[in-house]
Amino acid sequence: MATLAPTAADTEAAAGGAPAVRLTGIRRSYGAVVAVAGVDLAIGAGEFFTLLGPSGSGKTTTLRVIAGFERPDAGRVELQGVDVTHVAPSQRAVNTVFQDYALFPHMTVAENVEYGLRVKGMRRRDRRVRAETMLERVRLPGLGDRKPVQLSGGQRQRVALARAIVNGPPVLLLDEPLGALDLKLRQEMQIFLKALQQDLGITFVYVTHDQEEALTMSDRMAVFNEGRIEQVGTPADVYEHPQTEFVAGFVGVSNILEREGRRITIRPEKIRMSDEAAGEGEAGTIRSVVYVGMVTRYVVGLDSGGELVVVRQNLETSSQDALSEQGKRVRLSWRPEHTYEIGKEGT
Amino acid sequence: MRTARVRFTGFFWRHRWAKALLLLAPPLLAFALVYLASLVALFLSSFWTVDPFTSEIRHAWNIDNYRQLWQGGAYHSIAFRTIGIAAAVTVADAILAFPLGYFMARIAGGRSRAFAFVAVLLPLWSSYLIRVYIWRLILDHNGVLNWTLQKIGLPAANIGYTNWAVWLIFTYIWLPFMILPVYGALERVPDSFLEASRDLGAGGWTTFRRVLLPLTLPGVIAGSIFTFSLTLGDYITPLLAGGASSQFIGNVVYDNINNQLTPFAAAFAAVPLAVMGVYLLIARRLGAFEAL
Repeated sequence: MATLAPTAADTEAAAGGAPAVRLTGIRRSYGAVVAVAGVDLAIGAGEFFTLLGPSGSGKTTTLRVIAGFERPDAGRVELQGVDVTHVAPSQRAVNTVFQDYALFPHMTVAENVEYGLRVKGMRRRDRRVRAETMLERVRLPGLGDRKPVQLSGGQRQRVALARAIVNGPPVLLLDEPLGALDLKLRQEMQIFLKALQQDLGITFVYVTHDQEEALTMSDRMAVFNEGRIEQVGTPADVYEHPQTEFVAGFVGVSNILEREGRRITIRPEKIRMSDEAAGEGEAGTIRSVVYVGMVTRYVVGLDSGGELVVVRQNLETSSQDALSEQGKRVRLSWRPEHTYEIGKEGT
Repeated sequence: MRTARVRFTGFFWRHRWAKALLLLAPPLLAFALVYLASLVALFLSSFWTVDPFTSEIRHAWNIDNYRQLWQGGAYHSIAFRTIGIAAAVTVADAILAFPLGYFMARIAGGRSRAFAFVAVLLPLWSSYLIRVYIWRLILDHNGVLNWTLQKIGLPAANIGYTNWAVWLIFTYIWLPFMILPVYGALERVPDSFLEASRDLGAGGWTTFRRVLLPLTLPGVIAGSIFTFSLTLGDYITPLLAGGASSQFIGNVVYDNINNQLTPFAAAFAAVPLAVMGVYLLIARRLGAFEAL
């Protein structure tokens, strides 16, 4: 029977300040394709940590290296300060919520949730109780006898969650768990997951390509691009102080200007747009207007070169007003403390 | 002209069954004539008798043939031998096919998978008889097997012309029919299921027993339908490579037809049909037909 002995025992000994997950110099390639090109990362105990990036940026491969499904070509994986680089996934004190949920179709919901406990040799009666408690916790009470095919996508997602956390892992890995759900359900689940994580007090490592999701849920996040981490920080930090052009563009809207040999970025909601006659700020022309309900998004071409996206709340404007503004001459101004200088791409 | 065309296509568009009927009429007709009619003829003739003096078939309905089968101890042992070896062949093929199918479906890359496919299917391109004769040469007392055993200093294995030889040759000959459905079933299991099992703490054996095998069992049963029924109906391998006590149901049927005792042959031939019917019912229960 598989036990978590090597990790469970060592965890307590090593818990003194060691990060929940530490990656050092992780590399992984598939033939000529480099999926992860040198990743260093330390994730603290109890953190909600997000790996954010476009598809193919190496975030999922990094998660799979932590779980043990991929062996890194180089580098070191530590959980609670213990080197698990060469430890099989079944012996690692982590559990995973898979993107496709990976619920066993030949087992009932309860059997799925009990699987980890059963493998560890827990008595039937005890694991029944644990599984039912966990199903209540993910708000699926009484559905234990159903088969996964009889559940909706959102319900399956929560069964996958229950199946992972019932084992009490110190670290939970989530691979785009909300990707297949519709917008409203996804927003509900974001709040639910965040509350669950705080309640359980365990570390969540969460993979997503959705920057809004990352900003909403994370304590800290790492932005991935082409197998490397571009920036690590709190959501506010990453959003307001993007360190590279890629981060500025991927997290939020890419608003980059070159002025006097410096490249600066300004967030769209920090820009004030006024009539040309105001005489303050840079002059330009509204090139396009997109009405998106709560706000209106303007693309303004500046006379001195470059283009900026400006977002304005629709306080008094109607869609008619907004759309009629196309081609209008305006001036844009912003406070210097809201601009951030960024490095060139790839530096 | 145009309206006729519109009406013609419209008819088939409105009446889907007419299209299906047109499509299926030729194969259904052939199936009814060749398959079903011959089976019905077989079944009916099993209730006739043969005049012992003139050797002419008498169309007098009775169950004497079945009574004779029921009372003849020799027929029992022949039937049980046939079913037993067919079952043993099926089990051996399943055990051999699973790792090979696993390699082909989940480990091999494009090139080695193609190579494995050719290797599995290649024997099917040569004649059945030739393959049985080659095995006869291998297993013969002075054959390749004993020659090899002697060279490496082991005692001779005299399995030529025994039930072991029959079992071995059948296992070899029908193996591709097990590998292909098992491969198909293994290929349909997503990687994430096996990863999830390992993630939840299960080792390789537990993952196989609790996840992989239950999900691929329909494929194994689908393959077993081939290996079991093909062995059940065969008479050539027992005839060529078997011994004095290797007679199959098929051999008895063959001998009786040669002795112009067609009704009795028909009655004995109905036994594997009945066995197969029961087997298919069980297989359907286990969901095998979803994997075919």
